[in-house]
Amino acid sequence: MISVRGLAHRYASTEVLRVPEWSVAQGERWLVLGPSGCGKTTLLHALAGLIRPSEGAVRVAETDLKKLDGGDLDRWRGATVGIVLQGLHLVGHLSVRDNLRLAQYMAHAPQDDARVADALGALGVADKAARRPADLSEGERQRVAIARAVVNRPKLLLADEPTANLDDRAAAHAAELLLEQAERHGATLVVATHDARVKQKFEKRLDLSA
Amino acid sequence: MNLASLSSSYLRARPLNTALSLMLLALGVATIVLLVLVVSQLEERMSRDARGIDLVVGAKGSPMQLILAGIYHADAPTGNIPLAAVQAFQKNRLVRKVIPLALGDGWKGFRIVGAGHEYLEHYGAKPAIGRLWDEPMEVVLGAEVAARTGVGVGARFAGAHGITGQGEEHGAAPYDVVGVLGRTGSVLDRLVLTSVESVWQVHEQEHGPEDKADRKALEEDREVTVLLLQYASPLAAAMLPRQINSQSELQAASPAYETARLFRIVGVGVEAMRAFAIVLIIAAGLSVFIALYTALEERRYDLAVMRTLGAAPGRLFGLLIMEGVVLAALGTLIGLALGHALAATLGAWLESQQQYPVTGLAWRAEELWLAAVALGVGLIAALLPAWRAYRTDVSRTLARG
Repeated sequence: MISVRGLAHRYASTEVLRVPEWSVAQGERWLVLGPSGCGKTTLLHALAGLIRPSEGAVRVAETDLKKLDGGDLDRWRGATVGIVLQGLHLVGHLSVRDNLRLAQYMAHAPQDDARVADALGALGVADKAARRPADLSEGERQRVAIARAVVNRPKLLLADEPTANLDDRAAAHAAELLLEQAERHGATLVVATHDARVKQKFEKRLDLSA
Repeated sequence: MNLASLSSSYLRARPLNTALSLMLLALGVATIVLLVLVVSQLEERMSRDARGIDLVVGAKGSPMQLILAGIYHADAPTGNIPLAAVQAFQKNRLVRKVIPLALGDGWKGFRIVGAGHEYLEHYGAKPAIGRLWDEPMEVVLGAEVAARTGVGVGARFAGAHGITGQGEEHGAAPYDVVGVLGRTGSVLDRLVLTSVESVWQVHEQEHGPEDKADRKALEEDREVTVLLLQYASPLAAAMLPRQINSQSELQAASPAYETARLFRIVGVGVEAMRAFAIVLIIAAGLSVFIALYTALEERRYDLAVMRTLGAAPGRLFGLLIMEGVVLAALGTLIGLALGHALAATLGAWLESQQQYPVTGLAWRAEELWLAAVALGVGLIAALLPAWRAYRTDVSRTLARG
């Protein structure tokens, strides 16, 4: 599913990420660990095709990302990857339902309200569909962000620090939800975190601090 | 969901900014629409009223006043001229048509004009009800006069001295309404028409002497107010005005020249208003630009999120352009509607003042141009913000927060 070889990325000649070799099989659940600033987010962005790494090859879902040009890479990302961003970043002027429709529209997926309702229902926030993100609790926003990431049934689900700013119970619950949703859609899951509380839920770990 | 609904949703979420941009653009567009409608309709009406009249002859005074009084019945006449002048022009081979008019009285704010039937023929007017006048003291009402006063055939009224009809009444010499003209869209609609003899009779009865010999003398001194002339040949244009103006008691004024002069004078005001409207539209463009540009900072995550969801940079560019165009389109629509509403309001007021009518229901080709320009302003205002949205560095934006 994921194959990374000789990956390195630099911002203005400062190396921020180095992954010599990493393989992930279809359906596996991985934690990417390490302190802040060790390149976790950069790795997720490389997997999603949001940056072009300075060195090395990244293959995701049988696709060599280097070989896709700008527009194709955006299209590929929309069709293949779902991302739960650090800070969630729901679009404030859109309702919960429209945040999910936005995901379908931007990914060039058919606009399917049944699927939107299904994704919200599976995360227990179907009754918030007409609300604005600002009207929701932090936990509810997290669920909506996950629903938005999975509404297009991605093969790869990425989550960046999904448990930051959550208490123990909520953090455990967020991890559960991600695992559950990955299972439901048969997606490979990669979670970047520095949060030790969720370690035991994942068997596979990539430690970038080493 | 599409770019238009996404843009509208964003604009609705910022009602104050959106309202400001819309208001500036709408006011600018409305001002220009109003100018275009009023000026074009006035020009149209004035040229129609002056059609076929090459020269107006009257007493010495301001030539523009002579035109305004003689053709448009919008000013006081300069004075009277001897009847003998009419006969002289009728014999002149340079003149094809002479229409003498006797002015001086009014009724309920409408002017009573003494003229021959040829005055009506000149404008193609025919009675819609009743007939034309045959005897002195019979009158025919213009369509607008009949409609506004509610007076019809068989009615009898007394004119009042002074063209506004607010002077002393000629109670002893009432007029009989024998007909109402069909609508012509010309100045005739706003006139009360009768024979030249009626106008003489009214004034001689009131002020004239009782003595028969004196009356005879008075009749020989009869006067008219203006003559409308049509040239027989282009040569007349070169010769007649100079000939007439060299005579001590007569003055000739060219309607084409005087109306052009009038519009040049009025044009300064029109140009000033047009410049003001253009400033408003530019301000609207700036307001759109500032609203979109300053909002980019707070929207950077929204835009980055759209990229993570699969949007190509071109789509973000399109989104921002769409926001500019949606604002411009809405502002233009509101402006067009407002402009026409203002023209209709102004028209209603002018009508109540018995002035030139203006309608808000007519459309002009210039408005399409105006709409295109306004949309262009919205588009240009959105270009730079759209370019910055296009260049959003997703990874860095997200890494920052």
